[in-house]
Order: sequence, then C-alpha cells, then structure tokens
Amino acid sequence: MALLTVSNLCVSIGSLSPLDGVSFEARKGEILGLVGESGSGKSLTAMAIMGLLRRIGGRASTGSILFDGQELTTLAEPAYRQLRGKRIALISQNPMTSLDPLVRIGAQIDQVSRLHLGLSKPAAKARSIDLMQQLRIPDATTLHGAYPHQLSGGMKQRIVIAMALAADPDLIIADEPTTALDVTIQAQIIQIMVDMVRDRGLALILITHDMGVVAQACDRVVVLYAGRVAETDTTEAIFAASHHPYTASLIGCIPAHDQAEGTLLGIPGTVPSVLGYPAGCRFHPRCARVMDVCRTQIPAIVALPTGSVACHLHGGTA
Amino acid sequence: MSMLRFLSGVVRTPRGGASAVVLVLVVICALFAPLLAPYNYAIQSLPGANTPPGAAHWMGTDEFGRDLMSRIIHGARTSLSVALTAISISVVAGMTLGAMAGYFGGLFDRVVTAVVDLTWSFPEILIALLLIAIIGTGTESIIIAISIAYLAQFTRLTRAQVMALRTETYIEATVNLGAGHAHVIFRHLLPNAITPVIVAGMLATGDAIILEATLGFFGLGAQPPTPSWGSMMSSGTAQIFIAPWIILFPGAAIALTVISINLFGDALIDALDIRNRLREV
Amino acid sequence: MLLFTVKRLLLLIPVFLAISVVIFMLVQLVPGDPIDNILRVGASAAEREALVARYGLDQPLWAQYVNWFGKMMQGDLGDAIILRRPVADLIALNLPHSLALGSLALVFSTVVGITTGALAAIFRDTWFDRGVMTVILLGSTVPSFWLALLMIMLFAVTLGWFPVSGARSASALVLPVLTIGLGGVALVARVTRVAMMDIARRDFVMMLHAKGVSRWRIELGSVLRHALMPVVTILSLRIGWILGGAVAVEFVFARPGLGSLLITSLNQRDYPVVQGCLLMLAIAVMLGTLLGDIVQAAMDPRIREGMK
Repeated sequence: MALLTVSNLCVSIGSLSPLDGVSFEARKGEILGLVGESGSGKSLTAMAIMGLLRRIGGRASTGSILFDGQELTTLAEPAYRQLRGKRIALISQNPMTSLDPLVRIGAQIDQVSRLHLGLSKPAAKARSIDLMQQLRIPDATTLHGAYPHQLSGGMKQRIVIAMALAADPDLIIADEPTTALDVTIQAQIIQIMVDMVRDRGLALILITHDMGVVAQACDRVVVLYAGRVAETDTTEAIFAASHHPYTASLIGCIPAHDQAEGTLLGIPGTVPSVLGYPAGCRFHPRCARVMDVCRTQIPAIVALPTGSVACHLHGGTA
Repeated sequence: MSMLRFLSGVVRTPRGGASAVVLVLVVICALFAPLLAPYNYAIQSLPGANTPPGAAHWMGTDEFGRDLMSRIIHGARTSLSVALTAISISVVAGMTLGAMAGYFGGLFDRVVTAVVDLTWSFPEILIALLLIAIIGTGTESIIIAISIAYLAQFTRLTRAQVMALRTETYIEATVNLGAGHAHVIFRHLLPNAITPVIVAGMLATGDAIILEATLGFFGLGAQPPTPSWGSMMSSGTAQIFIAPWIILFPGAAIALTVISINLFGDALIDALDIRNRLREV
Repeated sequence: MLLFTVKRLLLLIPVFLAISVVIFMLVQLVPGDPIDNILRVGASAAEREALVARYGLDQPLWAQYVNWFGKMMQGDLGDAIILRRPVADLIALNLPHSLALGSLALVFSTVVGITTGALAAIFRDTWFDRGVMTVILLGSTVPSFWLALLMIMLFAVTLGWFPVSGARSASALVLPVLTIGLGGVALVARVTRVAMMDIARRDFVMMLHAKGVSRWRIELGSVLRHALMPVVTILSLRIGWILGGAVAVEFVFARPGLGSLLITSLNQRDYPVVQGCLLMLAIAVMLGTLLGDIVQAAMDPRIREGMK
C-alpha cells in the first residue's frame, strides 16, 4: 500500500513547465531513489510534495499528490502546515546553510516536537537528546546547547536528520543529503538514513544524482530526465538490466566522488534547459541509440515486469 | 552609439524618463540663467518686499523685494556648479587613491584604508564643518570641504572594484607580460571599475546639493548677493510667518532636483545591473 | 562578552588618539596667529608675551599637544574666546539637550523604521510596500532643515500644536525629533526591508517552512532577527549622521545643543569651542560604533567568538 502516490504531476513557474507529468509511489519501510542530473526536476518534486512551491514562485498546475489518502495539491496552507515537519519532513541538501546560525542547535530540534507534539520545553529537550544519541552524535547533552558554527558538516547533517525525525514523520524527503559532505562522511550519513528507515518503518525519498548511493541504499528508483520520468524499477532490476539508454549511461558512469554535480562522464552534452526542451524524447540529442521517431514523438510509458520505461526502443508511441 | 541607445533605454522607463526631464530642465536653468530669469536676481525693491506669488512674480519676492523665481533659477547655477565640481574632484581623487591602494596593497593600502575607515564613520556634514573651520567660509571652501567629505566613499568603492578585478586572469596575465603599473591601472583596472564609481558619483551629487544647501543655510557658503538655494532659505526663516514661500520654493527646488537625481541613478543602476557591485561599499 | 567589550574598547584608543590629533591640529592649521584672535585690540607686546606663555605657545608643537591632551583628559577644554567661559561649561550646558534630542530621534527611527521596513518586506510587492517605500524615498531625499521648516509652518504656525522653537517644554522636542527621525526612519526601513527579503531566500528559512512553522513566526521570529544585524551596523555607523542631522535641526529650531553651539562658534571663529564640540561629536560617533558592535555580539554567537 503506497503512502504517497504522485500521478501525472506538472509544475509551472511563470510560463515555464519544469516538471511535466511525473508519476511514482513511495511505500512505508522503503527507500525510493529519485535520480537525475541537476535540472532534471528532482528538487522541484520535493518542493511540490512539501507544498513549498509557492515560496519559489511556482505551483502544481495539474496532476495529483495523494498522501495517506489526502490530496495535497489542493490542501489549504494551515492544514499543510500541520503536515510539514509532523508527517512529512525534509532533509536538505546543504547542512551548512540549513541551520539558523543564531539559534542553538538543540532549540532548533526542540522546536519541531514542541510545535507538532505539544511537548514542554524539558520534554522536548529530553526527546532531542535521545534522538541525537540514536543518531550516534557524541556528547549529545553538551551539543544540545552548541551553535551550528561549532559543528562539523557531517555533525550538522545529523542534526538536520534529528530535526526531521523529531515529530516521528511517516515520510522523509532527503534532497541530496550528502552532496556537500566529505566522501567518508557521506557513507556514514547514508547508513544512518538506511537504519532510520529500517528501524522506524517510515518511507524515504532519497534524491540524488549518484547511482552509487542508489545501489547502496535504495529499494526502488525513479530516473528523472528534463522534468519527465525516464524509467522506474526496483534497484535490483535496474542494475541488472536497465531499459532506458539514459539509465544505462547513468549506471555506466557512477561518478567519481570529486566530480562536480551535474556533469556525467560518458554522456555527451548537458540536461537541456527548461527554456527550450527538445521535441519528442527529451533525451534524444544526447542518446547514442537515437532513432528518427525519437525526434518527433514523445515516447509512451511501457510497463516492465517490476517497473516501467518511456523509450521508443521498447514499444509503441503515445 | 551603444551609449546613446543605452541612455534612451533608461529614459524610456517611467522613473528614468520623468527624472531625466526634471534634470534637463534644471541643467538648462543653470546654463542659461541670465536669459531665463524674468528679473535681475540682485535688484532690491523694498516697497515690493515679501510679495506673495502672483502674476508679476510667479514665486513671490523675498524680504528685499527680489524676484524669487529669478533667484531660484540663478541658484540652480550655484548649487549645480558647486556640487558637480566638488564631486568631480572627489571622484577623480578617490579613484586614483582607491586604485593605487587596491593595486599596490601593502602599507600604502593599510594607511589609506585606515584613514578612509576613520572618515567613513563621520557624517559628511561634520567633516565639511571641520574643514570649513580650518579653511574658512565661501564658495571655494565649501567645494573643497564637500569634495574631501565624499573622498572616502569613492576611494572605498574603487578599491573594492580593483581588489575584485586584480585577481582576474587577464589582469595577472597583463602584469606577467611585463606591463607597467600605470598601464595596468589606467588601461585595464580603471576602465572596468569606472561604471559603479560614476553612478555612485551621480548619486553623491544629489547628496552634495543637500550638503551645499545646508552649509549655505548655516551662512557658510556662497556670500550674498550670490543666490544659492540654501542661503535663500536662511534669510527666509525670519519671514516664516509672513512669507512662507521664501522657504517653500527653494526647498522644493532642492527636493525635486535631488529626488530626480536619485530616481535617475536608480534607473541607471537597474539598467546596468550593478546593484551588487555598489553594495560593496 | 566582557572580554569582547574590553577588546573593542582598547581598539578605540588609537582611533581616539588620531581624532584628538586632527582636532588639535585644527587650531594650528587656521590661517593667522591664534593669539591675535584672543588679544584685545591695542594690547602691548608684554601682554602678548604673557598670553603666548599662558597658552604654552612658545613650546614645541608636540609638547603643546601633550599638554592639551592632558588637560582635555581632566575635562579642561580651554576657554571660549567670545563667550569668555570655560568650553567644558558650555558643553555641559548644551550636551543634555543634544543627548535628549539624539537619543529620542534614535529610538524613534529605530522603532518606526524597523516596523515599516518589516511590514514592507512581509507584504512585498503589494500596494502597501510600494506606497511606503515611495514615501520613504521622498522623505529621505529632502534636506532635513527644510523638513524642519515645513514642520514649523504646518504644526507650529498653522495648527499651533507645538512650540515654534526653544527647549522650554517637552513638547518642544516633538518637531525636532520627528524631523531628525524621519531621515533615520527612511534609512532603517530600507535596510530592514532589503535585509529581510535577502534573508527570506536563505536555506534555513526554507527549512523552517519545511518544519511547519507559521509564516508570521518565521518572518518576525527568524528573518527579522537576522535582518537586525545589518540594521544595527547601519545604525551604529549612522549615529554620527543622526548627530549631523541634529546639527541642522537644532539650528533651525533655535534649540540649545552641541549643533547650535558648533555653528555659532564656527561663524564667530571661536576655535576652542569648535574643538570642544567636534571632540564631543567624535566621541559620540565612536561610542555609537562600540555600542553597535556590542549589540551585534550579543545577537550573534559567531561574532562573540571572533569568527566573523
């Protein structure tokens, strides 16, 4: 039973449509990888689920986001606020800038449980320290009173994770949670998140551009390209035999860790800009197996044994 | 030509257009004051003193019966020439100091920065008053006082621009190719740093007009009978109950001019997209 | 925190010395012999010698400075030439008026400026924002002494609500405070608005939204708190500007105060008084910057630890 069902979601910012008919499901106890290069619409999907599109001047124009039986695209702001932080939490990309530098980190974690669980100040503090200890933060009692600038990047990301867990959410969206961290720390943080899902049985959407992270952590994968879903399948199936040439090249070039985000070895060119998506299959200008039909026809979504793919190599046109 | 096209683009914005019209009018007044003024600005007529605005005197007369409109038109000449001269001196001196400090660095930079920071925390009016205390009153004095009062701003701004440019590859390449200091500063650094400084200079001209008027109001500026917007109001304060127009019109002239300068400068900043570079001050 | 304050205080010592040298040199740079300014017409050469000796003008310049500085530290700023009284007395007489005016204007511009700026930022790009910012743009480009005169015309002459001038009652403070304060309001509101709009785009603010905190709580509790940092910087730098504005406004409203004293003595070339006034204003500017530093350190742990 899916906790979150996104179907045919389109997002518009002004006259642009950076997200164009995206569908996927997230289930409890499962880690869903949302993969793509920068500009593919990963973060925008996260913003749409969090109901924060308006903060960046966008809106969900069509489609639906169904969370635990509740339609989110039409949900009013006060009701949405009850969900945010309480049932759906966000772990952001950059732990360095995600914490308020003027507020003690403890207070920033406490805020969530006080707001959503109605805990008293001492109760919230006890809960936060407990959470920090679960996340293997050493000397949690002391660090509760520290300021963000006194912590390392990896430690800050653990604090952000603690913040996300503070009100026991059902769904956590982690937007490139390790990109800004050192390689050694990255693996630790990923492991912490895997444990978190296994122990608590919550659903995690892990946004990343790194197929290595996907292989390490995810149960299922959604591959986004230029605002559309290219392929979706179980991690096992996709690594065993990918169907979309884009997925294949993503796997073929699990990036070296020092590589800049958004550049992938082996795929010539870059993700097209939202200002001018190519006609037909949006991947065709970079595709090694491009056919004539790819240039004009949008590929239909074809069912696979455990997933689906949108590629002319695998079936009829829409 | 691109400069002309650029300016016409600025003028086509509502802000840019309206302010440009006012500024052109003020400049015309300043340039052709003797031709435009309906009366001689210095001719007194005690029976006609404190006449309210009317058909003969559109803006009324002052306490000596002098035509206020003629004095305001001539006042534009005083205000503009003092402010523009002072700011020009200040811009040129500030750019030279700032470019040298930013380019050479070291002790020279430290000394310049220290002095600039020190003066920066004092309001221009206090610096100007201090200088006038030393060099005395009069038009030349307030030009010098104003130009030194604003020196810190332009030095600081130029230095920031030059510091940012100095590390760019092409500048380093030019230095490595053996170009002289003067060549690098004047041919490469200053031309690239000049735009924000010029715009800041334009905005400062507005402030300088107010400063000049304030000093004139204190009786420290142009000496009578030369009309200046500030000194006109100074003598008008005594008539505030019976002839408020003596204060109203010169003040309105200052406000209108300065607002136009600010609006035009603002339109320029947007058109040139240099708001961030100006913020380094 | 105490350590921080002491450090900042120590840093001010060289600044103060530099300023005192400049102000001391002021009299030296004035064209003409200062003794001629003090000497009565027709005084004998002996009287002149006596005066030279009395003021220590026969000593080398550095000795004169040390002497002057030492006396100044004891509160002896010399005698006024025209008014023939100790400068310290004149300052003691005028300073309270300027302090009252300056601090009220500061409070007024801070409170009203932050409120307007914050509201404009929260309701950004609405008619409220545009209207307020236009009024503020107009207000900030008008010379303060003209504003003072307009206020006198409207409130004192036409409406008769407040006294035209003087400092005899508290109500006489209203118009001067408003006049100086409006310029400050414009500045503070502009800085607050820009800073809040800048902060609102930061990651941690997005994170607060993601935590489900209400918009008002985010804007007023977090964004404004961060936006106050640049506001405090500007205010502490501009305490001098507020005093500068006070100079003109005191003069217009014929209020006693350092500004009036300074302008009058400038016009009369009464240099010891000019020196004293400038010294007091300089000290006020320095204390303003110090106060700003302390407030910021209290607000930001990174500054307290010297990390920023």
